[in-house]
Amino acid sequence: MAEELTSPNAAGARARALVPAVLFAVLLGVCGVTLYKIQHRGLDLHEIKSPLIGRPAPVFRLPSLADPTVMVSNEAFAGRPYLVNVWGTWCGECRAEHGVLLEIARRAELPLVGLDWRDERGIAGRYLATLGNPYSVVASDDDGRVAIDWGVYGAPETFLVGADGQIKHKHVGALSIDVWERDFVPHLKAGTAAVAAVAP
Amino acid sequence: MNRRLAVCLMLLIALATAGEALAIDEAPAFTDEPRQLRYEALTQELRCVVCQSNSIADSNASMATDLRRLVREMIAAGKTDDEIRDFMTARYGDFVLYKPPLTARTYLLWASPVLLLLIGVGSVVAVIVRRSQRPLAADDTEPGAGS
Repeated sequence: MAEELTSPNAAGARARALVPAVLFAVLLGVCGVTLYKIQHRGLDLHEIKSPLIGRPAPVFRLPSLADPTVMVSNEAFAGRPYLVNVWGTWCGECRAEHGVLLEIARRAELPLVGLDWRDERGIAGRYLATLGNPYSVVASDDDGRVAIDWGVYGAPETFLVGADGQIKHKHVGALSIDVWERDFVPHLKAGTAAVAAVAP
Repeated sequence: MNRRLAVCLMLLIALATAGEALAIDEAPAFTDEPRQLRYEALTQELRCVVCQSNSIADSNASMATDLRRLVREMIAAGKTDDEIRDFMTARYGDFVLYKPPLTARTYLLWASPVLLLLIGVGSVVAVIVRRSQRPLAADDTEPGAGS
């Protein structure tokens, strides 16, 4: 009698005892995958996904860093891909990525538009004179309004605007050549392929 | 003893009111009460995107200062609270709102407290039902009944 009762129960109890172990294994798995992504795939848990991706790039008109009496606008670059790089001399990561920007400029795949965010003109001018200037044009966003329009929350941030005027990609944090080739270049290739298909 | 209690009470009151005293703007944004209240409520519910765990009303980051100024200007320009919220989410996404809107993507988020409560109540009921169905005598004789 007791035998008959306990044997099916025992199997059920054993299966039930496994439930916490399985749940714990799943939890460990999720943690492991997330840690791997942080370490090797550049996952940033603080990154905010921009709602601007795939939407028209906001137009700005700001005084040029080189000459504040001259107004510069990203409209001047419409019709072809360009980069908008948000930086400031107060930002250490910007200095870290500066060499990469110079390399991208040297490859001359597209123009770089600098947005000098909440910076001091004199210092910014000297910074570019010393380290080299990768930008076709630099706009001074002294009060940070344009940065808000672009959903910027921490420099450096780099936007790729396509030939159609839409924001194709956004990178938060310092660029590296690896990131450039992995996340940006494919968009450029897709863009030229599309243009070639339209106008053979 | 009584004095110590009084000191504790005073400290508690000071702590409770510290939030008011620590308002980040040097002067009120508006001279009229209704607009000042809207300004305070809005800046409390907008997240400082740089610091991420503060509202823009609590943060001293320059970015939060910029966003507070923008909120002030938009209220002054006669924009409604919803227009200001839409302006912010168009640029920073729902993340900028401490109270995310109820959309298809956030159903699970909003439902999670209720779901967790249901799971908890369900487990408690299951355990109670199982215990009450078991013969009373078995509790003492069955080895490892507690687990």
